[in-house]
Amino acid sequence: MEFVKYSRQEEDKSMSKPLLEIKDLCVWFKVFGGILKVLNKVNIIVWPGERVGLVGEMGCGKTTTMKAIMKILSIPPAIIPSGEILFKGKDILKMSYAELQQIRKKSISMIFEDPTASLNPVFTVGIQLQDIAKQTTKIGKGKTKKDIKQDVIQALKEVALPDPERIFRNYPIQLSGGMRQRICIATTLISDNELMICDEPGTSLDVTIKDQIYRLLKKLVEERSKSIILITHGLGEIKNITDRVYVMYAGSIVEVAKTKELFVHPVHPYSQGLFIATPKLSGGIGKGIPGHIPDYMNPPIGCRFHPRCKYLMQICREKRPPIYKVSEDHEVACFLFQNRR
Amino acid sequence: MFSISESEVIILNKNILTIDQLKKFFFVPQGVLKAVDGVSFSVKDGETFGLVGESGSGKSTIAYTIIGIYKPTGGKIIYRGKDDISQEVKKRPHRLKKDIQIVFQDPGSSLNPARNIKGILEMPLKVHNFGGIQEGQDERVVELLEMVELSADYMYKYPWMLGGGEKQMVAIARALSVNPSLVLLDEPTSALDVSVQAKIIDMLIQFQKKFNLSYIFITHDLSLMRNVASRIAIMYLGKICEVAQSSEFFERPLHPYTQMLISSVPVVSEEEEKLKPKQIISRGEIPSPVNIPPGCGFYSRCPKKMKICSREDPEFIEINKGHTVRCHLYKK
Repeated sequence: MEFVKYSRQEEDKSMSKPLLEIKDLCVWFKVFGGILKVLNKVNIIVWPGERVGLVGEMGCGKTTTMKAIMKILSIPPAIIPSGEILFKGKDILKMSYAELQQIRKKSISMIFEDPTASLNPVFTVGIQLQDIAKQTTKIGKGKTKKDIKQDVIQALKEVALPDPERIFRNYPIQLSGGMRQRICIATTLISDNELMICDEPGTSLDVTIKDQIYRLLKKLVEERSKSIILITHGLGEIKNITDRVYVMYAGSIVEVAKTKELFVHPVHPYSQGLFIATPKLSGGIGKGIPGHIPDYMNPPIGCRFHPRCKYLMQICREKRPPIYKVSEDHEVACFLFQNRR
Repeated sequence: MFSISESEVIILNKNILTIDQLKKFFFVPQGVLKAVDGVSFSVKDGETFGLVGESGSGKSTIAYTIIGIYKPTGGKIIYRGKDDISQEVKKRPHRLKKDIQIVFQDPGSSLNPARNIKGILEMPLKVHNFGGIQEGQDERVVELLEMVELSADYMYKYPWMLGGGEKQMVAIARALSVNPSLVLLDEPTSALDVSVQAKIIDMLIQFQKKFNLSYIFITHDLSLMRNVASRIAIMYLGKICEVAQSSEFFERPLHPYTQMLISSVPVVSEEEEKLKPKQIISRGEIPSPVNIPPGCGFYSRCPKKMKICSREDPEFIEINKGHTVRCHLYKK
């Protein structure tokens, strides 16, 4: 399919189909003593060439959602009682194993939080990357070994690694954390895929290295007009890279908005709390949100945020809030907005 | 009961802790790992002194050396102007062990999983003979839990039953249980979420006012540092690059590394964006602290490097009162 440039206009959106569409996804985990109802009807749409962010606290289900997309959730203990994950109109959850492997090879790739754990320690970087190249490139079998090696070295160059020839021969243990994360990014470059899922790519790295990794990601995504889903709990990183942001709380999406709009005025009480709690470089730190993420065994009835919310109303305890439109491209799941048009 | 009376402290010294040319080397098969190499600073009574740096820069090693986990290879640590605590921890007087407490980064591994919260909080009270008789101790534990806004029924819970934030609250309560004067906070919130972090920081600031505590706050999050520390020191490869008052530090960063750090901070608002120095783009990584080449440690990554930087290690230069920087750029 044709890539649509990021700078496309609004009318393009109606013409092009969404690349990825998650509809009412629920994921439960069967554990000793009951069922953890983690994801609660998550809806996410990614348009071709769009950069989407997903923010939320630890344990709110961000990674679970992404694992569901790749279908790498271990089932059991996970159960997917309802929901659809449509990738270019086809449901990933219903795909056969062979189809799924094709998706994993050619269409979606994922970068994990911990680069050390996602590289194999007993093979050199070169062997690992060549294996990926052999599997994923469309004309992989027609290429000679030399061509594949050239491709891999080219990918290593693109992620700004110094001396790619040497790194090609190195084992992951010989490299630093930042370099390992770059290699993980290189793996996604070799397989010419359309959607990149980055699960907290900078969390285990230092500030300056994190900055470098995010700049690299931004550059690559812009150059190749790939779609990206960036998961993080840091709001600052989201601001730099993404076009649209989903805010997640306890397994449900509470707010969706254009990044610029969300950072100017967040409307959901939880998003507001997050912004207040983030320490500012210019000075000022809020009091934080009282309470903690609910127990998924017995999640609160109604809005899952209600035990921590300061605008609590009677209706929040009884019913789950539907999505209300605040403005164009800005939606929120909160009863505070039910009477606003 | 053992601590020196307040008037005495003021006469003696206003510095609660003075560190002079502290060195801590580790001997590894590849050579000498200079984790801390000639660091000097002082912490004033009642202030929050911030230590910032990347991982591997030696900030935690400093904290561990102060608390006595490591014995320094060289240099001196002077507490309250008269007690030298740089010798082995076994020789350290009991009252000083009580006076200096630490909160670790990961509350999951710093609380004993086999004890309940009551047992965890009672231990320092027993060791330092606080509260006297057994009956008084329960009340003290409840008092401590209430201080960190946890209810009394947490007493019989175990660490694994609590969330990350609550565990860290217990760790803080444990550190404060023996009325210390100096608390070392080694990245107390980096394992936690922002909403919980804000709550803990708020609490720590309140305790500081209430109990007149001095903090050494270690973190790599500069925007957090801006909000808690009164003075900040930047560390790179076991050495301090720049020391300044918090406000001046962010308005006028001098060392190229400081500028690089500040420009790397991800920010959420436009007004913060203006504070960031634009021209510095971070590159390279912190080199291995084993067998450091001569000259300035930052040489390999510095955007403003000169010839002299590879040969000579710069000296500290005082730019303003209380603002010192260790860089050849500012040499007169």
